[in-house]
Amino acid sequence: AYKRFSELLPKEERENACSARVPKSQILTLPELRANPFQHRICRVFSTSYEGDDSMSFEDFLDMLSVFSDSATSDIKSHYAFRIFDFDDDGTLDRKDLGKLVNCLTGQGEESRLSNMEMEQLIQNILEESDIDKDGTINLSEFQHVISRSPDFAMYGGLQW
Amino acid sequence: EVFLPEETRAAAPVDFLQELPSYQSALRRRAAAGGTQERRAAPQGSAGLRAAEARGPEQEGGELGARPAREYPLSIAEKRRLRDCQQADIKYLSGWKQWKTTSSKSLKKVLNEVKEFSSYLELWRHDIRSIEGKFGTGIQSYFSFLRFLVLLNFIIFILMFSFVTLPTVISEYGIFNSSFAKIAPKNIEPHCTVYKPSGNKGLVYFYTYFKDLLSGTGFLEVTALFYGYYTIDAAWLSIMRYNLPLAYLLATFGYLALSLLWIIKRSGEGFKQNLVHDEDQFQSYCNKIFAGWDFCITDPNAAQLKHRSLQYELQTDLEEERLKRKIADRTMKEKLCIYSLRIFINITVIAVLSGCFYSIYRATVFSQENSNVSIGHDIKTDSANLLVQYLPSMVITLANFIAPLIFSFLIRFEDYSPAFEIRLTLMRCIFVRLANIGVLLFSLWSQISYCATDKCKACGYNYELYPCWESEVGQEMYKLMIFDFIIILAVTLFVDFPRKLLVTHCSCKPVQWCGLQEFGISDNVLEIIYGQTICWIGTFFSPLLPAIATIKYFIIFYIKKISLMHTRKPAARPIRASSSNFFFLVVLLIGLILAFIPLGISIAHIPSSKACGPFRSFNTSWAVVPDTIRGFPTGLQQVLHSIASEAFAVPFFMVICLVMFYFIALAGAHKRVVEQLREQLVMVRFDPFFCTPKV
Repeated sequence: AYKRFSELLPKEERENACSARVPKSQILTLPELRANPFQHRICRVFSTSYEGDDSMSFEDFLDMLSVFSDSATSDIKSHYAFRIFDFDDDGTLDRKDLGKLVNCLTGQGEESRLSNMEMEQLIQNILEESDIDKDGTINLSEFQHVISRSPDFAMYGGLQW
Repeated sequence: EVFLPEETRAAAPVDFLQELPSYQSALRRRAAAGGTQERRAAPQGSAGLRAAEARGPEQEGGELGARPAREYPLSIAEKRRLRDCQQADIKYLSGWKQWKTTSSKSLKKVLNEVKEFSSYLELWRHDIRSIEGKFGTGIQSYFSFLRFLVLLNFIIFILMFSFVTLPTVISEYGIFNSSFAKIAPKNIEPHCTVYKPSGNKGLVYFYTYFKDLLSGTGFLEVTALFYGYYTIDAAWLSIMRYNLPLAYLLATFGYLALSLLWIIKRSGEGFKQNLVHDEDQFQSYCNKIFAGWDFCITDPNAAQLKHRSLQYELQTDLEEERLKRKIADRTMKEKLCIYSLRIFINITVIAVLSGCFYSIYRATVFSQENSNVSIGHDIKTDSANLLVQYLPSMVITLANFIAPLIFSFLIRFEDYSPAFEIRLTLMRCIFVRLANIGVLLFSLWSQISYCATDKCKACGYNYELYPCWESEVGQEMYKLMIFDFIIILAVTLFVDFPRKLLVTHCSCKPVQWCGLQEFGISDNVLEIIYGQTICWIGTFFSPLLPAIATIKYFIIFYIKKISLMHTRKPAARPIRASSSNFFFLVVLLIGLILAFIPLGISIAHIPSSKACGPFRSFNTSWAVVPDTIRGFPTGLQQVLHSIASEAFAVPFFMVICLVMFYFIALAGAHKRVVEQLREQLVMVRFDPFFCTPKV
């Protein structure tokens, strides 16, 4: 993993890779993240940078690897998945977040989006299934509850390094 | 980093969510693994959640061994703080508890390393991962299933080989001072015991070897491949007496039981999910949205395809929901119309099936009557003879190919929802494939047990044509297996690759519209399950058949992988991996249970041949078991008799029914509790005592 990380740095900084920070544009060149529609959110969630530029240090990189590895518990994965899906960082998944999530999943471009009516129907169905206290948003506990019954999450939520 | 975990804790009514059974069981599991360290070691950042867990059920017995730091969702800097806290806490424990903590930690580490190492030993690990990355987990589950079958067949082969073939070979060649005895069967007419297999003697043309290899006759018939070789009634390995007939029968039961248990164990996890999943599409949308993106995808093209397939899937599901609402609004007249149409189409389906079965029956009878061992060494008659021998296999393959096409055409008129359409067509195809084997066996038996003369009735089977009928059945199964393999090879070579060449080099409209073929997961799975059912049925009659099956599936893996990589495009409508795994195993289980029926009839009902095989001195193959029991001490005999009698079986059955009803009632009660708690959660929102204003 250290090798992968240092490859992302320009040559001069490779010596002290432990303390260097890799800018977001470099991180996104990783093949595992390149094709991922959540790449920006992943960088934002794992980055501990104070300037808000989403650059990642080696420790952030390790964090990301450990969460996505096969041996991470599903608690951890669901916790981080919730943070990744929460586009406005307000601690809950509301209708806007869900809408952005669905758009990410169906792909970029106008023709790959669902129609407004379909989107409404879909969001209504999702909230029906997962919103237990019926407040119109999904919080972390409800999310983890839904995920714990999802058989695909364990399989899909892993990256191969 | 604006987002902090504690805010969410304050907003949600965490206490009531903890009452839900699923959360409780997760907590119990965590409490068993974690320990009291949790409470003290919780750093400031996640105080809310940890405190809530501590208020949950206290763990029994004071298990020590804190949750490793890696299980907390914190950044590395905070994990370091947590680990330092935990280390500091350990110092306050007594010596014994300290040792316990450290040893359990190192034990966990060792177990992890062992697990990681053993995953390197997995067969084809890298191949399957690369397929997963390129084509998704649906197709990957097919290849994992194939790998599972290779392993299963290999284990069955080891079982049969070590208990049946090895002792026979040892005693036959006199290794380790062993010998064998062929006890002449008493009370049997001498004409039943005449069996002269025509293993190739004298000068023969080379191509006869090839022909024998394909049809299992000639030199192959006398080898250990078929039942006729094991004509030994008792073997002595050094000084021990080895009861070969009993071993043969028990090895058969053993491999069937092993397959059954292994499949059930593998499908155990999938079953729970599927049971929940099937209850009116429980949670399917959340599943698709939250767990829909496959994070293993690295290729942008594959990502594009995944996007499109997700979009397609979502749109189809939404449309299906709209369709369901429309169906619910149907008028009475429309309903009558649809139902009568469905009845008519089902009758057509049954007619098609009967047509298939009848043609297989006629083909088998024709093949048995007209395939004689070649007297003249003329290549023309030999090839014709080979074709006649392979006629049942060809008819079965043809039926397996045509019937699904007809079914998928007919189902369009029945106006079901798309998901149900797929399932029904699949069920019909499965039934066709497995019933075809049954019909073949049935027609074989009708030939074998057809008795006109008195002499024949004395033997119980047609001794003239089939002096060693088990070898005949074994040969048919062998031919089916070889033909299946040849067809898979031929289709890949002569259909897939030319199609790919045509599509890449020829740019005319119809060819491009046809396009590359998709990798049809269900068709491929049914193919290999069909092969596996043949293997299960055939192993009793041909003990080395699992070895051939292992090699066959091994080669098929590479063929399918190459064909997939080079000539296929991914399916537009992907099947989800979790339900796929369960579906494959359920169909495999159906195949296994259907394999029990012919084996049961052969072992228990049809008289074993008196001219060959280990069951010469018994009426039927099953008779060796009561015979052995008679040799046990009287006490044990009485116990076994009482277990098999009605006085035991009926109460046992009633107790099992009661237990089952108890669990069903328990499940119903849990469901009601869940419903009530859900309602309470909704109410809690308006309860001023619990409600905290959201920021």
